[in-house]
Amino acid sequence: MNRIAAVANTEIRIALRNRWVAIAVVMMALFSMVLSAAGSAPTGQLGVDKLSVVVASLTSLAVYLVPLMALLMAFDSIAGEVERGTLPLVLTYPVSRGEILAGKFLAHLGTLALAVAIGYGIAGAAALWSDPTAGRGIPSLFRLFWTSLLLGATFLAIAYAISALARRPGAAAGLAVGVWLVFIVLYDLGLLAAIVADGGGTFTTTVFPWLMLANPADAFRLYNLAASDAAGAASGLAGAANTIPPAQALASLWLWPAATFLAAVAAFRKVTP
Amino acid sequence: MLILTLSQVTRTFGETRALANVSLEVAAGERVALLGHNGAGKSTLMKIVLGLIPADDGAIEVVGAAPGSRTARAATAYLPENVAFHPALTGLEQIGFYLRLRGESPAKARNLLDRVGLGEAGQRRIGTYSKGMRQRVGLAQALIGRPKLMVLDEPTSGLDPVSRREFYAILDELAADGTAILLSSHALTEVEARTDRIAILSRGHLVANDTLANLRRGAALPIQLQVAARPDSAEEVARRLHGRRVNGVRVDLDCTPDEKLTRLSDIAELRSLIEDVQVVPPSLEDIYEHFSRRVPQ
Repeated sequence: MNRIAAVANTEIRIALRNRWVAIAVVMMALFSMVLSAAGSAPTGQLGVDKLSVVVASLTSLAVYLVPLMALLMAFDSIAGEVERGTLPLVLTYPVSRGEILAGKFLAHLGTLALAVAIGYGIAGAAALWSDPTAGRGIPSLFRLFWTSLLLGATFLAIAYAISALARRPGAAAGLAVGVWLVFIVLYDLGLLAAIVADGGGTFTTTVFPWLMLANPADAFRLYNLAASDAAGAASGLAGAANTIPPAQALASLWLWPAATFLAAVAAFRKVTP
Repeated sequence: MLILTLSQVTRTFGETRALANVSLEVAAGERVALLGHNGAGKSTLMKIVLGLIPADDGAIEVVGAAPGSRTARAATAYLPENVAFHPALTGLEQIGFYLRLRGESPAKARNLLDRVGLGEAGQRRIGTYSKGMRQRVGLAQALIGRPKLMVLDEPTSGLDPVSRREFYAILDELAADGTAILLSSHALTEVEARTDRIAILSRGHLVANDTLANLRRGAALPIQLQVAARPDSAEEVARRLHGRRVNGVRVDLDCTPDEKLTRLSDIAELRSLIEDVQVVPPSLEDIYEHFSRRVPQ
């Protein structure tokens, strides 16, 4: 445990020095402020409190931003150590590769948590300030916070696995962008195209819900929108998939970080310094 | 007490045999220099000892445990060739990190940096350090927790002569406390004969493993006698001693160690014709060349 804390402590210092903490916080804060300002129009028309509407907008924002920040923060973790030549030395210390990865994970997840908390906090405060009934939305804002961390944890672990497999930072960066595109953008486009082509057939009713659960970003969106009053404010695939029970989406959200972290440790064990 | 034992260790990378049946032992308090050209197998041997890569064949024991096991890693310190650290961390933070990994208080970092002569620079980021300073940080982390075995890969390569001397002084202290030291170098002159034993690797084979004095004797390389003749007598000196004339006044002779005294008395008989005589024993480089050329087929 001490060794994990030692790695986490060092990684947090590095994240602070490299301005990663500052960049992540500013990015989340800025996007939240823009959303709060832009999202003030639809209130009233939907008959829900303002914070619930803000949560719905933040959900679509987080689906893009949280995985991106996680991948950017972590793609260098192992490949960077290989390139700098710092890995062989640390591996001769009495610390396991799992412990090293757990330490990095804690530091990166902490950075992400800080950024997300500040971003959502700003959006939440703005909503509460302009709409006194917005207090009803606080539980969904809190739910959005911890599910964002699960989503971020998944993509941090994916980034470690990529970093271990790629061995070079340049290749790891390319793979990270590819993963982001596939999971966050192309996957949904593909599903949409398939639904349109299927025209409400067996694919849409049987295969499609499982495919939604198989993508952590879709599971995140599903769970937050299904559990929120403001599902009506959502559009696109999530609206089409409201037949999926939220419990299944939640299970997917918990399974993903666990499975990807184990995969990352396995990939790291294969790295020969 | 033996700290490190390698017996019949073999490792192949594709077609190349990096190590072929290498057997080597290092006892507590012993300083062993591992010499060899680039690619002779020194780093491979060290990585196998550290458990970073496995051997294909043979047996290795580090303090009685398997290399890379937690027991072995807890007892072993390593200084890699061209040691590197994260440039954003300060010397103190980096050493504090390594201390915590070994379960020690990070507050000891200052003392360790003082010991390697980096006390003042400890607050600065490692990114601003020179190569020699980084090497000192590397040595500082290797000193953590009184290791039983120290593995140092070309530790003096970036150091100036003064730092090199300080470095060996620290190693002497450690060896006196019972640390077994295995250090590599690609030149015999680099190890400054400040080691107890010299092991020479050549293309993966261990071709020598003895004290410097015994290696010198075993190599039986010729000793050179340089005779300075008086003006105009070089021709005669060369003829009477059967030597080679190098220039107008100097005559060189080669002899085996056994012949040395006889040859010197021959020279002494020509006292009226010569001004001086120098005895040049085979250099460390000559001895190293002699052994590293021996590769068993």
